[in-house]
Amino acid sequence: MLLALDAATVRFGGRPVLDAVDLDVAEQELVCVLGPSGSGKSTLLRAVAGLQPLDSGRVLLDGHDQARVPVHRRGVGLMFQDHQLFPQRDVGGNVAFGLRMRGEGKAQQAERVAELLELVGLPDAARRAVAGLSGGEQQRVALARALAPRPRLLMLDEPLGQLDRSLRERLVVELRELFGRLGTTVLAVTHDQGEAFALADRVVVMRDGRIAQSGTPLDVWQRPADEFVARFLGFDNVVPATVEGTVAVTPWGKVPVPEGSGQGPRTLLVRPAGVRLVAADAGLPCTVAARTFQGTHVTVHLQPQDGPRLAAACALREAPETGDAVGVEFDAAETVVLD
Amino acid sequence: MLVPVAFFAVFFAWPVAAIVTRGLKADGVWRFGRIADVLGQSDIRHVLWFTTWQALASTALTLLAALPAAYVFARLDFPGKQVLRAVVTVPFVLPTVVVGTAFLALVGRGGLLDELWGVRLDTTVWAILLAHVFFNYAVVVRTVGGLWAQLDPRQEEAARMLGASPAAAWRKVTLPALAPAVAAAALMVFLFTFTSFGVVQILGGPTFSTLEVEIYRQTSEIFDLSTAAVLTIVQFAAVGAVLAVHAWTVRRRESALRLVDPSVTARRPRGAGQWALLGGVLATIAVLLVLPLAVLVRRSLDGGFGYYRALGDADGGTFLVAPIESVVNSLEYAVAATAIAVVIGGLAAAALARRDAGRLVRGFDALLMLPLGVSAVTVGFGFLIALDKPPLDLRQSWILVPLAQALVGVPFVVRTMLPVLRAVDERLREAAAVLGAAPWRVWREVDLPMVRRALLIAAGFAFAVSLGEFGATVFIARPDNPTLPVAVARLLSRPGDLNYGQAMALSTILMVVCAVALLVLERLRTDRTGEF
Repeated sequence: MLLALDAATVRFGGRPVLDAVDLDVAEQELVCVLGPSGSGKSTLLRAVAGLQPLDSGRVLLDGHDQARVPVHRRGVGLMFQDHQLFPQRDVGGNVAFGLRMRGEGKAQQAERVAELLELVGLPDAARRAVAGLSGGEQQRVALARALAPRPRLLMLDEPLGQLDRSLRERLVVELRELFGRLGTTVLAVTHDQGEAFALADRVVVMRDGRIAQSGTPLDVWQRPADEFVARFLGFDNVVPATVEGTVAVTPWGKVPVPEGSGQGPRTLLVRPAGVRLVAADAGLPCTVAARTFQGTHVTVHLQPQDGPRLAAACALREAPETGDAVGVEFDAAETVVLD
Repeated sequence: MLVPVAFFAVFFAWPVAAIVTRGLKADGVWRFGRIADVLGQSDIRHVLWFTTWQALASTALTLLAALPAAYVFARLDFPGKQVLRAVVTVPFVLPTVVVGTAFLALVGRGGLLDELWGVRLDTTVWAILLAHVFFNYAVVVRTVGGLWAQLDPRQEEAARMLGASPAAAWRKVTLPALAPAVAAAALMVFLFTFTSFGVVQILGGPTFSTLEVEIYRQTSEIFDLSTAAVLTIVQFAAVGAVLAVHAWTVRRRESALRLVDPSVTARRPRGAGQWALLGGVLATIAVLLVLPLAVLVRRSLDGGFGYYRALGDADGGTFLVAPIESVVNSLEYAVAATAIAVVIGGLAAAALARRDAGRLVRGFDALLMLPLGVSAVTVGFGFLIALDKPPLDLRQSWILVPLAQALVGVPFVVRTMLPVLRAVDERLREAAAVLGAAPWRVWREVDLPMVRRALLIAAGFAFAVSLGEFGATVFIARPDNPTLPVAVARLLSRPGDLNYGQAMALSTILMVVCAVALLVLERLRTDRTGEF
């Protein structure tokens, strides 16, 4: 393992921010830690970098305990949330900083700077002032600066946090390609699930300083570990249920569930695609409370006579109007019994 | 941290303590009864009363004159604004002796007003008050205007959108945000005028005397050390109280205000009201700030360059050397004092800026301001008493004068450096560390480039302040090595037009040196460079 956290714990004023976290990152793996703000994910990165001392537990790089290794000797890269480019240096000076600290020759520095600026798509920017860069350009310079000293582990703190949506989506693709090509080991943190799923080989969901779930993006998306993860991923159709065989009894009535689901009192998730709209006199009677346009489909918010609201994904042409009365049926393939 | 603490202990606390002890201790017994005795004397009570009310009046007048200017500099955009900002600041760095001399030339015997209308103010309190306004105008303009320029005008706009009239929006949004800055500026002005020495010494005549002047008189003319010691303690207590309130308002001021780039908040004047305000402020500056200095220069040139030439002669017995040599002395002392102040102040600011600085260290922050308010006369005399025996016998050493001057310079260095050091984002340092920079390298690569300008500005202020220091220097400068302000005061104390003219000439030279130093600084000034 390149990076291993062993029961890493950090407390701020008695409150655990990292609570006995175990995490392994293999060579060339792209791991994304996902969690709401305050879940401890930035502290995780700072602990690995050595900027935040551990209260207990260990951080190991290549199997070596890092407790006595100061920040500047750990050989890891960290890209800060708001980039933290050195304002008094130009772009080239920023990218060359880590190389200079390692005492590399001027010629090698210049060569490596040119190479990296080329890599991040900013050739000829070496003499520009950082104050004049756009958000996306700063982002690329910060990346080039972090990559320049060839860190064994690259950490990214909300790498695309402050960029606008279209730029973000483009950069996610670029970053994934780039890291694949360079064989970089990456540990990123983000609160944006779309970003995490698009970027990572493995997603780690954090909650209150603990790891709530770890798995491939597909795993996590298809089988959220618990109600917290499901809701954090944006699923709202989550209710308590009692499962017997392939039927769950819920506030929405009886909902079919896949075979082999856990039995007894559980929590049930119905993905919006599993909520089918039928004629008003069939299934669970609901009223359309609101509809939101999502681009490829419409999300229809339904108010049953009893029980919490339901969200249903609907094709554009078939979406009912607000106030319409509709019936609802459930699709067993799109339901998941949690816990 | 240890170096500044040791410096202040040896060169500030010890001399002050030594002189207080000498005054209050007789035959090894403390005589605190002296305090009540001294405070019971009617003439002393009169001095206390005058010191307080003239400081209050000066503060009120300064606010009245300078607040409109703070608005004009913050919110209006007009040609020549940068130059005018520098002009406004010149009086603040001028030596008090020069300010006194300039007002003497304006309102004194044979002064401009005397010539034109036969009006003389030099024996009235008005001369003192006007000189104080002149001196402290920049404190208000800079402290209040600096913040005002950074207040987001959209806050007022938001209030307008919620139905507030322009006046109500100003009262409810801008005024509360400004109030702590106004309070802080007022307190600084009060502090400076409460401890005023040079100005009152020259303009006050025999009738008006502040605490500081009285301490000087008791020490050097009457040799009543115990009265001087009591007065020192009284002033110390008053200054301590004012500084405590000041520290409190500063903390209030640092509390969450939305600040923006000053360059975007100013715009061209619009409407008759704003033009009138601008005109009024310009006229005030012309009459109050520029006129006295112009008169000073003109008086020094009465009869061509005769007075300047006379400065080169060593005759007359006023001095052991030619007055002009005091210029060289002053510059040498000021350079040494600046070096000391920058090293001590820089170390102190670096220690105070650390995020993990504890309460003890923060307390030191306020202590560093004390030399601004503690009687400089006491410090000067304390130097002579305390530093006269081994292991520290400095009485014969030239370093005594720069040491005393550096004491006054350190607070300026700290105040200038501290905000800049605190503004350096901790994560920039972390970014450098992650990229492989060892701690000392982080300081060199991240901190130093950012504070270099502030360091130069701090050095400039320390230089100007050292150049003009009078209260302490008057005691410890040796007769054959006077500094400029000491030479000016000595010339003024002697009768005759030649001495008077030479004082004017020497003051003009001092003013030019200070003004040049300041104009160089203005060019270096950045947005976040402290309070001065």
